[in-house]
This record gives sequence, structure tokens and C-alpha cells, in this order.
Amino acid sequence: MIVADSIFMPPSEHVHWWFATGFLILALCFAARAVAGPEVWDRRPWRRYLFPGVLFAMGLLMFPVMVFFTNSAIHMVAHGSWAEAMMLAGGAQLGLAAGKLKSPLWNLTLAFALFVGGVAILVHEQNGWFYSRAAFGHHLLGWIAIGGALIPLVLSVRPRSIAAGLCFAVLLVSVSTVLYADRDTAPIFGHLSPEAGNPHR
Amino acid sequence: MQISTDLTRSAERRSRRALFVLSLGPLCALAGVVWALLQPYRITLLHPYGQGFWWLLSEPPIYVVLVGLVFHWLVAPGVVEDLEEAERERQQ
Repeated sequence: MIVADSIFMPPSEHVHWWFATGFLILALCFAARAVAGPEVWDRRPWRRYLFPGVLFAMGLLMFPVMVFFTNSAIHMVAHGSWAEAMMLAGGAQLGLAAGKLKSPLWNLTLAFALFVGGVAILVHEQNGWFYSRAAFGHHLLGWIAIGGALIPLVLSVRPRSIAAGLCFAVLLVSVSTVLYADRDTAPIFGHLSPEAGNPHR
Repeated sequence: MQISTDLTRSAERRSRRALFVLSLGPLCALAGVVWALLQPYRITLLHPYGQGFWWLLSEPPIYVVLVGLVFHWLVAPGVVEDLEEAERERQQ
């Protein structure tokens, strides 16, 4: 049986940091793709599949997170919606990269994933902004994702725009930064609810 | 045997796009190093006694450094090579 606080179960903040690392990899790839141009980036087949492959894998890995790390129905539904949205966006990008999907409208799945992810983050966070650092991070992340959904919308209209591509990379870096800052129980700007538990640094 | 400096090679200038791609990895790694200096307690390997398995495995600033180095060594060289090839093709 898998038990919390055992060697089989990493603390949930560590899982946030691993996903932060995934978003950082995506950000670097997308920044390089934006500046080099999609044609140059896609010259090597493995590179064409790198961004969608990592995104799809992150969606897949979100399912075990949903199973093992959620402690309420709304938590489980939120994590499940991120898993499905990331797999949909990654899968659509894989289909476009392989030439199996032709319509550029499939690029809208990125905006859809961000929007759905943002709404799910905001809906499942039950506490206010200054309850703890984790609560603050969830609120911030939710609004970053909802506002950031505009960038892939622009990218689906102007896929060669360097500015839009770099904005998307910055968006991914900001998601990564908030996830790296997450701690299970820690104060935010000196605020921590007494109900939250014993803080770490 | 060539002793003198190859002027044609030193005269080659990388484009701004290539320099940007080449700078992404080192900048990311530098961000990880700066983070480690600002928050050394995030690296549990510096104070390993009494830490469990997961706390010794998870070192976020080191993850950031590793992402930067892996990108710089495995991804950036190919992108720059293809970028310069594309620029040469455009000029011809």
C-alpha cells in the first residue's frame, strides 16, 4: 500500500517542481523555435516532436498525480482536466508535426488547454490569495493561464511571429517559476493562515 | 601545419538569432546558480543530515542548471547549425 510520507510517495511540492522543470524545458525549446523560425526548428524530425512530445508526456504523467496526490473530488477533477487538456494539446501538436492533422485550427488546442487549466486551478483552490504560498501560487497560476491563453490564439493566427513566440516562452517560464516557488506549507509575503499548519522556509 | 591564425574563421560572425539561441542555455544555468546562492536551503545536499530520500533527490536550483546545460549541449548546437545553413541558403 502506498502511504503518504513514505519512500514511495514524494511530497506534493516535489511533484510541482518536476512539472516546473518540464515547463522550463518547453520554454527554452519554444524560445529557440520562435527566434530560429519554425522552418529551421523543424528541419530535424526529432526536434519537431520535442515540444509536443514533452507536453503530451506531461499530460500523461498528470494522471498518476491525479490518482495519488488528490484528497478531494474537486482536486481530482482539476488534476484530471489538466491531464486531459495537456494530452489533447500535445497530441494535436504531435499530429500536426507528423502531418496527420492538416488544419491549423488544431493549434487552438494550446489556448484551450491553458484556458481550461486556468479555470480548473482557480475553481479548485478553496482558500483566499494570502492563506498560504500554495494558495497564492494557485490563484496567480490560474490568472496567468487564463490571460496567457490569448498568446497561443495570436500564434495560431501568426505562427511566425517572433514576438508572440517569445511571449509564449515567457508565459511558460512564469508558470515554471510559480511552480518552483510552491511549498506545501509556507507563508506568502509574511501571511500564513494558522489553519495551514507548520511552515517550512 | 598551420601556425598562423585562420582569419577567415575569426572573421565569421554569428547572427543575432544564433547568439540568442546559444545564450538561452547558459542564461538558464546562470539563473539556477543565482537562485542557489540566494536560497541555499533549497539545495538539501548542502545540509543532507536527517533528510529523506525525496528531499535529497529534489534540488530545484540544480534542475534549472541541468535544464540549461542539457539544452546548451544537446539542442542549441543543432539549431544554430541549421539556422546558419538556412541563412547561407538565403544569401545564395
